[in-house]
Amino acid sequence: MSSKTPLHAKHLEAGAKMVDFHGWEMPINYGSQIEEHNAVRTDAGMFDVSHMTIVDVQGDDAKAFLQKLVANDVAKLTVAGKALYTGMLNEQGGVIDDLIIYFFSDTEYRLVVNSATREKDLAHLAAVSADFNVSVTERPEFAMIAVQGPNAKAKTANVLSAAQQQAVADMKPFFGVQAGDLFIATTGYTGEDGYEIVVPNEQAADLWQQLLDAGVAPAGLGARDTLRLEAGMNLYGLDMDESVSPLAANMAWTIAWEPAERDFIGRAVLEQQRADKSTDKLVGLVLEEKGVLRSGLKVVSEAGEGVITSGTFSPTLGHSIALARVPREIGETAQVEMRKKLVNVKVVKPCFVRQGKAVV
Amino acid sequence: MSNIPSELKYASSHEWVRAEGDGTYTVGITEHAQELLGDMVFVELPEVGDEVDAGEDCAVAESVKAASDIYAPIGGEIVAINEELEDAPETVNSDPYGDGWLFRIKASDESELENLLDAEGYQNNIDED
Repeated sequence: MSSKTPLHAKHLEAGAKMVDFHGWEMPINYGSQIEEHNAVRTDAGMFDVSHMTIVDVQGDDAKAFLQKLVANDVAKLTVAGKALYTGMLNEQGGVIDDLIIYFFSDTEYRLVVNSATREKDLAHLAAVSADFNVSVTERPEFAMIAVQGPNAKAKTANVLSAAQQQAVADMKPFFGVQAGDLFIATTGYTGEDGYEIVVPNEQAADLWQQLLDAGVAPAGLGARDTLRLEAGMNLYGLDMDESVSPLAANMAWTIAWEPAERDFIGRAVLEQQRADKSTDKLVGLVLEEKGVLRSGLKVVSEAGEGVITSGTFSPTLGHSIALARVPREIGETAQVEMRKKLVNVKVVKPCFVRQGKAVV
Repeated sequence: MSNIPSELKYASSHEWVRAEGDGTYTVGITEHAQELLGDMVFVELPEVGDEVDAGEDCAVAESVKAASDIYAPIGGEIVAINEELEDAPETVNSDPYGDGWLFRIKASDESELENLLDAEGYQNNIDED
């Protein structure tokens, strides 16, 4: 039995092709994935991300708990609403999940974790929180809509109250604020401006319709994947998982090494890997000839072999791009084994498009 | 429900074949196939003059989702290819039975056409998938 979000009927109304996504019936596209992708890059699109898991952490030990739980340090968060991206790791330094943490106060935080990993995440949160004076509460009564694109904020303003508009008016990237019934955050998974809006389930369909009426195009999981890949953002389960160190997944920037005495889960293994330079690294690959790089394909280089963790056709660039986990000594070019032959690819930093512009 | 024109012949691997009346046959992929594949991003076609056997993989349709081999429904010589697809592969999505055609074959043995499905047979074939 698959789960449905409160927006399920709106997807069918818009002609969505629905697919099973880790137990959720979700829209893969509403006709053309590429047109939806382009709408987000050039105008405004919206995604139903209600399947994602929202967890509120509250209590006297909330800060200490999160300092133990994740590789980044929530002590960096001092301004109410500020958000942090990081991973929660196992004792072996593998990534259990990646998540965003919103800070409200030292005793109040909101976590947004992946849906595919919901059960193990909740189990892990419960296990680690046992030693702390905190409450960990899932919030299934909320849906979530991501509105993304250069015109996303302007179009969203049409559906917000005056007070809500004021609340988000000067909000910097990676912040969130509760404004009336909506929690509105300047986060996203596309490399564009926009919001992620947490809305009570019973109001979600109305908000979706209002955004539609304001000229925001519905976009499916297909476009979400090509957009995040162009932006060089990891997808859990492909680009990293419990067997992969954040150091091998372009997540070193999400680890806070200082203060040295903060003993987050996985720290010992990560410190050893960092000292030994023993992990692979995640890079971007660009294929300028015909063909599409796909997850699982082998990467061949003078420094050794690697693997494509996710690959796609980039609608913005007009050719294929990929993320690949490769030996850290890799040079500026490599080859990928595709359809029984080797093709040449460029090795770049894992970020291809930002704010509608190519960066490779 | 996909459109399956009754005047065409079909291969179970989702190619359609249209008789041009001069011994040549135009080949494309069905609406059902393009729906399964999603937005087309590259189409690799054979070269004019290539000799292909029935059932031989001779082209590739690559979509955002997957690369899919296209099989020659009948054997013969490739006499034309749809060069427009080089710059506009999405035509395969928007007009699979028209401007989205892939290549044309001069049949070496027209009896091979009898091995293909009619519209009803192809519909049954899809329903069984």
